[in-house]
Amino acid sequence: MLYVKDLSCGYKDKPIVEKVSFNGKPGDIICLLGPNGSGKSTLIKTLVGLLEPMEGSVYIGDENIKTWTWNRRAKTISYIPQTFSSTFQYTGLDIVLMGRTSYLGFGSSPTEEDERIALEAMEMLKILNLKDKIYSKMSGGERQLVKIAQAIAQQSKIIIMDEPTNNLDFGNQITTLNYLNKCADRGMMVIMATHFPEQALSFGTKALLVKNGGVEVVEEPEKNLKDADLKKLYDVDVEIVELRRKDKIVKMCLPVY
Amino acid sequence: MIKTKKKHYVYIFTIILILVFFISFGIGRYPVNVVQLLKVLLSKFFPIDKDWPDTINTIVFQVRLPRIIGAMLVGTSLSLSGAVYQGMFKNPLVSPDILGVSSGAAFGAALAIYLSFNTVGIQITSFIFGLIAVGLVYLISTKIKEDPIISLVITGVLVGSIFTALTSLIKYLADTDDKLPTITFWLMGSLASISPRDIKAIVLPILLGIIPLFILRWRLNVLSLEEGEAKTLGLNTARLRIIVIMCSTLMTAASVSVSGMIGWIGLVIPHLSRMIVGPDYRILLPTTLLLGSTYLLLIDNIARGLTTVEIPLGILTSLVGAPFFIILLLTNKRS
Repeated sequence: MLYVKDLSCGYKDKPIVEKVSFNGKPGDIICLLGPNGSGKSTLIKTLVGLLEPMEGSVYIGDENIKTWTWNRRAKTISYIPQTFSSTFQYTGLDIVLMGRTSYLGFGSSPTEEDERIALEAMEMLKILNLKDKIYSKMSGGERQLVKIAQAIAQQSKIIIMDEPTNNLDFGNQITTLNYLNKCADRGMMVIMATHFPEQALSFGTKALLVKNGGVEVVEEPEKNLKDADLKKLYDVDVEIVELRRKDKIVKMCLPVY
Repeated sequence: MIKTKKKHYVYIFTIILILVFFISFGIGRYPVNVVQLLKVLLSKFFPIDKDWPDTINTIVFQVRLPRIIGAMLVGTSLSLSGAVYQGMFKNPLVSPDILGVSSGAAFGAALAIYLSFNTVGIQITSFIFGLIAVGLVYLISTKIKEDPIISLVITGVLVGSIFTALTSLIKYLADTDDKLPTITFWLMGSLASISPRDIKAIVLPILLGIIPLFILRWRLNVLSLEEGEAKTLGLNTARLRIIVIMCSTLMTAASVSVSGMIGWIGLVIPHLSRMIVGPDYRILLPTTLLLGSTYLLLIDNIARGLTTVEIPLGILTSLVGAPFFIILLLTNKRS
């Protein structure tokens, strides 16, 4: 469904990541791994359309999305950035309801139907209690869940997140990942940048290793992502260990001090 | 809808505005009582036997009605402009006067008076210079790498002061017997000399500003988010921003062209409204409209009723607005 072909992205005429190619299908969780400043955010901004591709293209189905309007994009791709808008004191429901914008006529406001969809999305994530809470006063974890609910209300097929678990406490990281997993189970495609290789090892259907201006695609990271890849990626000594938990094998990534 | 619980504010503020509207007719040197007023007003629509002096007719229709409508229109325009500028710039500290739009519009109007343009000419020149001012502020502030909220305010002050200086230049060049007094008095901010003709001239541009903003009020919410978020939610931010700037500058210029510089209202009223009903433009815009017109009507009543000599309106709004701004500055960082 998503085909990225020879995509080069960067600012002005300075390319940061070049010749990126990968595909994605419904239900995929694609993890972008790479050191700070490697270009994960640049790649993400190009995928969502906030930066123009320098070369190459992004196809959805057989359409190049370069010429799509923001409205058309929003129905297919939702984006959760690292930063949050906090100038005005919107409620949780206001924010989720804004996910419906692309379905509204130019001069219309959300209908009761839109509101129902927004509330359903919040219910799915069990955050109905945040309905009337002020968004800018929420904790990082609550805000992240509200944004995920917004993406669900947006009914897009692809959800792209820039470090969704950054700044979250241990519990909220797991909650967020569980819900992202749930989104994937429902047929959404999740693309996320992350600093935790374990997320790729346990949830990822694909890992993109971003370094030195290039991207290496690892299919089925659970099987194919090796210690050596991570050593090369982060320039540190790490070891992937297997833990047996009941009848399931869990892979962990341990630093070697 | 969830917002129904907040809708009652709109009803309450509408009732207050209607009350203040009628009370305002009774304020002034020449007494007009309620019965007379109702009869005079109704006589426009129904055949009522005239049992009141002609003076009352003149006072109600030629003096007080234009002034009351003028105060409401100007109050509404400046407050709504403030409310939408704040959202668009994602900055709660801006308003038409702080952004320099009022100064730009005032310079345009002063220039037009100096060149003996007619009312429409004054409005158009005022609108053009208002647009130039807000355009300059927007361009310059995006180049400043400091705190965006404060740098926008500072840029606004700078651009405003350039236009104020240019206005002073016009005053310096103006004919001291005729045009200088007109420009000076008008700049102080007053509705004292407003005529039915002025009202007719500004109604259309103000409605042209208000109506699109009301139609697009849901989108204004999305526009007040971070740029990237707004776009990826499906909003054509560039197009909407142009519409918003056009509408609010049009309203500001129309107001400035008849009432001169009435400061601070565009900052105070949107804040007050947001405190009461929250930031959702669906309810914020009607509330701002109602409170803005009520506020300026009240202040204008004080201006003309408090002492035997009329106090220029701009002075009163500044005395209320500037301290309010200081409080906002002091509390903004902490929240």
